[in-house]
Amino acid sequence: MKTPLLGRVALYAAATLLVLVSVFPFFYALATSFKTGQALFDSSLLPTSVSWSNYISLFTLAEQPFGRHILNSVMVSILVVAISLFLGVSAAYALGRISFKGRGLLLTAILGVSMFPQVAVLAGMFELIRFLGLYNQALGLVLPYMIFTLPFTVWVLTTFMKQLPKELEEAAIMDGCSPWRIIKDVFMPLLWPALVSTGLLAFIAAWNEFLFALTFVLDNNERTVPVSISLISGASKYEIPWGNIMAASVLVTLPLLALVLAFQKKIVSGLTAGAVKG
Amino acid sequence: MNNKTRTAWLFLAPMLLVLLLVAVWPLGRTIWFSFTDANINNLDTTQFVGLENYWGEFGLFANPNHTDGFFASDWGISILNTLKFSIVSVTLETVFGLAVALLLNQEFKGRTLVRTAVLVPWAIPTIVSAKMWGWMLHDQFGVINQWLFDLGWIAEKIAWTAQPEYAMWTVVAVDVWKTTPFMALLILAALQTLPKDCYEAAQVDGVHPLRVFWQVTLPLIKPALMVAVIFRLLDALRVFDLIYVLTSNNNSTISMSGFVRREMIDNGYMGYGSAASTALFLIIGLCTVFAIKASRMKLGDD
Repeated sequence: MKTPLLGRVALYAAATLLVLVSVFPFFYALATSFKTGQALFDSSLLPTSVSWSNYISLFTLAEQPFGRHILNSVMVSILVVAISLFLGVSAAYALGRISFKGRGLLLTAILGVSMFPQVAVLAGMFELIRFLGLYNQALGLVLPYMIFTLPFTVWVLTTFMKQLPKELEEAAIMDGCSPWRIIKDVFMPLLWPALVSTGLLAFIAAWNEFLFALTFVLDNNERTVPVSISLISGASKYEIPWGNIMAASVLVTLPLLALVLAFQKKIVSGLTAGAVKG
Repeated sequence: MNNKTRTAWLFLAPMLLVLLLVAVWPLGRTIWFSFTDANINNLDTTQFVGLENYWGEFGLFANPNHTDGFFASDWGISILNTLKFSIVSVTLETVFGLAVALLLNQEFKGRTLVRTAVLVPWAIPTIVSAKMWGWMLHDQFGVINQWLFDLGWIAEKIAWTAQPEYAMWTVVAVDVWKTTPFMALLILAALQTLPKDCYEAAQVDGVHPLRVFWQVTLPLIKPALMVAVIFRLLDALRVFDLIYVLTSNNNSTISMSGFVRREMIDNGYMGYGSAASTALFLIIGLCTVFAIKASRMKLGDD
């Protein structure tokens, strides 16, 4: 197939523009994070000298324990992933492998929950969290986060579960395996790719969540990173420490970026399984 | 109930219990609160007030104090803002997403690299992208103002996130930047399932590529496109974090979710806020039903 030269040129120009627009903001944040003092305000694309002071001060300022916030986010996200995968696999087994009455309706209802606007449960969730004594605790956020990770996990894992060959399961039933062993020993090894992609997406969703984290946690030690970044402030309204904010942004984004780029294919397959097959 | 069905419900039970606890119960309580005068600082004195929060003197709708009409009230403004934001950003994201997907579907050197780069905006947390763009669009020191100024396109630097006439479009632009990759990926996945032979046939017959696009590609990917659009639309209707961080929730950009949070948490009017959130829930619910009906989407494949 031969495309005219002009077409090729346009194609490469568009591709270059696309890459620039996609990557530039992060690049500029990275550049800013190494600038200090007056250099911050000269809007040059590359810092003239590399300074780590923005990063160092993030971890040394007492009023903004950023290290603690990262730890909180890591713990919350990992717990959310573990719980939603566990519940998701067991539910997906029922929804994907057993045909029973009301299955389609149940799937629709679960999908319906994932379309919930988060604020629709805000007041009730506030009351529930206070009642359970989880107010002002980072780990308490695991509970409300189930609202958006669980339906999605169940939905995608069910799609994957349905595609597994029936013969395997029948052989296992013949051998007298219990349903739980079928999941553990027969399906789990085959489900790994799906578990990785849904787990990653749940991790990203929990890592990025803002509304609940902002509302249910006020204690400065218990915050998660998105709220932490949104609250970084200087001595006055007019002295916003952009260097620190960009350094924090880079730190929060780098692990996510590494995950997404390393597991590109898995993530895309998880996303499309969740949406296109809907 | 036979053995199989019992097993199914047994395996479903933990997940269903959690969903009941975190979704159904809080939703029900919120709807209940919307009929009360609950205040966040003192839930013990909560009293039932009927439809007061909706149609009362200080209610969301039919408030006699709104002398300038419903859409001049904060609630009306937040509805208009949300609709404006959702419609414009989802339209732009669909158009750009389609363009990017068509580009990535071509064969050229470095395609993998471009595809990786496109994922970057999607991988960046919303709060971070709001802060990053907030810095680039800074009224005095922002790099974008500097460029536009140097090019002579603007006479003086613009406060993109603060001036009411620009703020909403700034939010839309950042959202489009952040979410177009998602659209593009979904559309690309659909494009890659298309049969190659009808394109070859079209090429042999010398049909103009634009006509091929309108008459072959678009109809074939339409179902997947509709699903992606609906997902995005529902997501856009509940927008909160981007607007809250980028433009600090001022009146020119506040969304319905932002209004709910402001009334409920910042002002403490839990009952009134719950009424607004219930209204938002109904609006999104109606949109979903309408969208599913309109696109005749099949839910579940049985």
